Amino acid sequence: MMEPGLYHLLFVSTALFFIGVYGFFTRRNLVTMLMSIELILNSVNINFIAFNKYLWPHKMDGLFFSIFVIAIAAAEAAVAIAIIINLYRSHQSIDVERAEEMKF
Amino acid sequence: MSGSTIIFYMLAALTLVSGLLAVTTRQIFRAAIFLLFSLIGIAGLFFWMQYDFIAAVQIVVYVGGITVLIIFSIFLTQQAGDLLPKQKIGRQVFSALAAFCGFALIMLQLYQHTFNTTTEQPVEPSVANIGNQMLGVGENGFALPFEVVSILLLAALIGCIVIALRSKPATA
Repeated sequence: MMEPGLYHLLFVSTALFFIGVYGFFTRRNLVTMLMSIELILNSVNINFIAFNKYLWPHKMDGLFFSIFVIAIAAAEAAVAIAIIINLYRSHQSIDVERAEEMKF
Repeated sequence: MSGSTIIFYMLAALTLVSGLLAVTTRQIFRAAIFLLFSLIGIAGLFFWMQYDFIAAVQIVVYVGGITVLIIFSIFLTQQAGDLLPKQKIGRQVFSALAAFCGFALIMLQLYQHTFNTTTEQPVEPSVANIGNQMLGVGENGFALPFEVVSILLLAALIGCIVIALRSKPATA
């Protein structure tokens, strides 16, 4: 147990990223796949903030990058949920295995 | 070992354990709640790094917005009490292997790399500084990306309405 620093934060964000990747590979339900994507985007945010704090404290570029990532993630989640609800209306299921045809 | 260290390890454990449970549990509503705790842990990490504004944004947008949206979509699309279908064991093993190999690769690279730290005077990430730089048009201003993100959010808003609109029955 050492004093936590940049490497500890990078460890946490890398682990969270690959937890999200694992979820994205194993899940077959669109809502849970969306959750995995949220985990991945959040791990990227941790990276940006950690680099900004420990390596470039004289600038705030990492902070702005994570603000924009959060904004785009919110837009992405809203559009994804609209698509999921529309898919549920036409297929009565949001399992990706059962949504094979592109046209409904 | 100081209190700050203990808090860091607790936040990291909360984030990782609830993230792992969120992608492995078979009850979809529990997955959403574990995701909520993971996002709160990340907000705590931002507080720990003393980036208060970004932590507040994280709580407002993710914990208050996206998680609620996900829970609503779960209620709209799932029958209560349904378990997610069990995945094939082969797929689980290969996914875990792929994720672990990627993780090991990144970690090996990371611990062989030394980062160069700067000695310049740090900038306080206060709300006033963030606001000035966000809407600045000068050297380090972010006015153009700000406007681009505004257009993107407007496009997402219109797109959501158009996609989720119930289309009229074709035979009416």
